[in-house]
Amino acid sequence: MFKKFTKEDVHTKTNVKSSVQRNLKTKLVSQFPPLESVIDEIIPKKSSVELFKCEDKIQLYLIDNEVVFYQQFDDLIPSLKLVHKYPSAFPSVKVDRGAIKFVLSGANIMCPGLTSAGAELPEAPGLEKETIVAIYAEGKENALAVGQLIMSTEEIKSINKGIGIELFQHLGDGLWNFDE
Amino acid sequence: MSEVLQPKEVIYCGICSFPCEFCEFTPTFKKCKAWLQENDEDLFNKLYSDEALATATSSLTLEKAEKMEKELQKKQAKEEAKQERELQKKLQSKVILKRIERTKRKHAIAISGLEIFDIDMKKLAKTFASKFATGCSVTKGADKKDEIVVQGDVGDAIEEYIQGLLKEKGLDDIKVEQVEEKKKKKATAPVIAPQ
Repeated sequence: MFKKFTKEDVHTKTNVKSSVQRNLKTKLVSQFPPLESVIDEIIPKKSSVELFKCEDKIQLYLIDNEVVFYQQFDDLIPSLKLVHKYPSAFPSVKVDRGAIKFVLSGANIMCPGLTSAGAELPEAPGLEKETIVAIYAEGKENALAVGQLIMSTEEIKSINKGIGIELFQHLGDGLWNFDE
Repeated sequence: MSEVLQPKEVIYCGICSFPCEFCEFTPTFKKCKAWLQENDEDLFNKLYSDEALATATSSLTLEKAEKMEKELQKKQAKEEAKQERELQKKLQSKVILKRIERTKRKHAIAISGLEIFDIDMKKLAKTFASKFATGCSVTKGADKKDEIVVQGDVGDAIEEYIQGLLKEKGLDDIKVEQVEEKKKKKATAPVIAPQ
């Protein structure tokens, strides 16, 4: 989504109304319940959230000039920096070592990369289709990408073919390097 | 959820901006490694000790590992060459301050050639505007490149300012050149007109 993303893709910048900001908070918590205890740290009450409307209907939410989360359609997606800060708050999957370099160049994740020896998927019942997941890698501590499940994790295990996760953001993409 | 999550500090590499453990996948790996050694000895030892390397590659067959290694080296070499080229390009390019005559005693200054140096033109225009108390804007020049146009005859002051700016970036030997552009049309137009 952000493979080629620069400042020029930002169309308008506006401050978010405090009422909208409140809604955002509740939405974020309802999507990722573990965030509830720290929501006031992610979005401090007095901070002003900035909304960047960008190409392809992408909306970025910035606090203190840092992208905290973004959305394209309905779902709010946490930025990688946020995932790094609160790793346990988001559902996660792990890919094997061979997949890392492809993920870092922005490829969607194929099922075999999620089911092989080095990879890890959550145990049954697993995660639903269209869940936003943080993507970790074999032998690495931090997340390297954020994506959305195209199949449920059980399906990934059984079918084991084709694209399993659509990638949103990865290390080193346009959004990662945004505004630095 | 009564448990309060603690934010986790991740150390990002100063060269490639990735978390340090991912440096090995970037084309600037060598530099990253040097950077980490300088800045965070502990983590460096943890990541690049022989033991860690052994476990990291154990899942691959030797052949594959070698192949990957080669590919990576190739990429790194490429990246280094690219950076070298860019630096050369930077050193060779120059900033041109064009003094444009507007009316008899009034001039505007057009600054071009800044985009190579990662300077935010809009911000610079704004600072000029407030610094010299004049109009200043970013426009597309003749060859479709952005240039800053400052109203008023402030060429020398701008030259000084830009040189200072470049020095801050560690680029000392960049030429800043001033050229004049006179309105030729006006001079020739009256000659043709009577005919």
